[in-house]
Amino acid sequence: MVYAAMAMALVLIWRATRVVNFAQGAMAMFSTYVAVSVIDRGGNYWEALVVALVFGFAAGAVVERVLVRPVESKPPLNAVIVTLGLLILVESGAAMIWGDSLRSYPSRFSQTGLKLGGQRVALSPFDLYIIGAVLVVMAGLVVLFRATSLGLRMRASAFEPEVARLLGVRVGRMLTLGWALAAVVGALGGILVAPKVFLDPNNMDDVLVYAFTAAIVGGLDSPVGALVGGLGMGLSLSYVGGYLGYSLETVGAFVILIVVLMVRPEGLFTTTTPRRV
Amino acid sequence: MLEVSDLRVAYGAVSALDGVSLSVQPGVTTAVLGANGAGKTSLLRAMTGMVKAKSGRVVWKGTELTRLASEEIVRRGVAHVPEGRGVIQDLTVEDNLRLGGLWRSDREDRRRALEEMYEFFPALKERRRRSAYTLSGGERQMLAVGRALMARPELLLLDEPSLGLAPIIVAQIMELVARLSADTGLTVLLVEQNARAALSISKRAVVLSLGKVVVEGAAADIAADEELRHHYLGF
Repeated sequence: MVYAAMAMALVLIWRATRVVNFAQGAMAMFSTYVAVSVIDRGGNYWEALVVALVFGFAAGAVVERVLVRPVESKPPLNAVIVTLGLLILVESGAAMIWGDSLRSYPSRFSQTGLKLGGQRVALSPFDLYIIGAVLVVMAGLVVLFRATSLGLRMRASAFEPEVARLLGVRVGRMLTLGWALAAVVGALGGILVAPKVFLDPNNMDDVLVYAFTAAIVGGLDSPVGALVGGLGMGLSLSYVGGYLGYSLETVGAFVILIVVLMVRPEGLFTTTTPRRV
Repeated sequence: MLEVSDLRVAYGAVSALDGVSLSVQPGVTTAVLGANGAGKTSLLRAMTGMVKAKSGRVVWKGTELTRLASEEIVRRGVAHVPEGRGVIQDLTVEDNLRLGGLWRSDREDRRRALEEMYEFFPALKERRRRSAYTLSGGERQMLAVGRALMARPELLLLDEPSLGLAPIIVAQIMELVARLSADTGLTVLLVEQNARAALSISKRAVVLSLGKVVVEGAAADIAADEELRHHYLGF
């Protein structure tokens, strides 16, 4: 589920800017730390969530304006380097501010399995909360992109920025908005999963790899694909982890990634022709 | 209404426009002609901010456009159908059209503009929900023009609309532009390599060669000047 949320954030940024953000996980982690700070100062779960989401939105916008805008019209490699640099910067920053030992994050909902006909099931209220949140966000994104003029302008800005400018679209603003939205989704993903995975500056690295793979499996152009890809990844990786040992999970992710790229590079859910990544 | 003064455009060390001046009156269709590389496309691109002019000025209805961003120029009533049409292939026909009018805030007006486009281009109406990449060249040209018209511009810049199209389609497009201008008083600046087609619907013409204006005058006169036609326009 977490992979699905992170994958959605990546897909969103890809759609909005044609730039893959390697710092996505790190930014989400940073926002989660911000949430923890709020809790440390006595805030409750929901206040922390709201503050972190607002922070995420602002951070995404600032990153786009300051770091990504200068490299948008340059070769894609420049953007890759910039986001990788950002990744290192954000993780080190978090470690410097909050220390790099593990921290726990309180959960608002019970994490023990629900009782179903007298038996405990591997699904807790907390899991339902995560699933619900992810579905709501995904529905919101689909509506945004398919049914609103804002979504249309954002998609046009991503596909053909020059043409969009000739149609009066303020492309710069659309790109900033895209990054801000993606940062919010990422922050939500980080906070959703934080109670299950202890918080440390590097905790999002693995999730980033999984989410990126999920996004590619589903097709970088499709939020539905990202969601299904994420769920599929989660399931397959649990099997890998369970049967072959946890250390092989990351390897499993890469194997899936390679297979998909070889067999169907455009992902399982796109309708457009494959693009160079 | 539109004044271009001593415009110079260069791509690095290569000079594309070497001091071009022209003026366009309201409601008049002006053809911009010349061989490949004469600077015709660079002229339009500089006018709508797609490329920054090295020096010179473009003034439209009293406002200087030279330093403005493309999206701001468009919002002042100038529409530009670029070379190659610029149809957004991943979007549907309807989305492409709607996109053209979105910067206008009146929703009713936008809806009416869309209906008008569908009346003017019935082929587009039939294909409204299809992805733009399924359209033929002629249909894409119609889509690009329709999209530009959604914002009800006062000046329409058309860059090589006949490129890659069969002669019969070219004739249709030209007839369409002529009808548009006659019906709505639209001012048109038509860049074309197909000089014969362009001259047939234009009132005035400007001929460029190697980045400079070599002739400017009434389209009929230029069409009648055989020597000029052979030398610069290829027919």
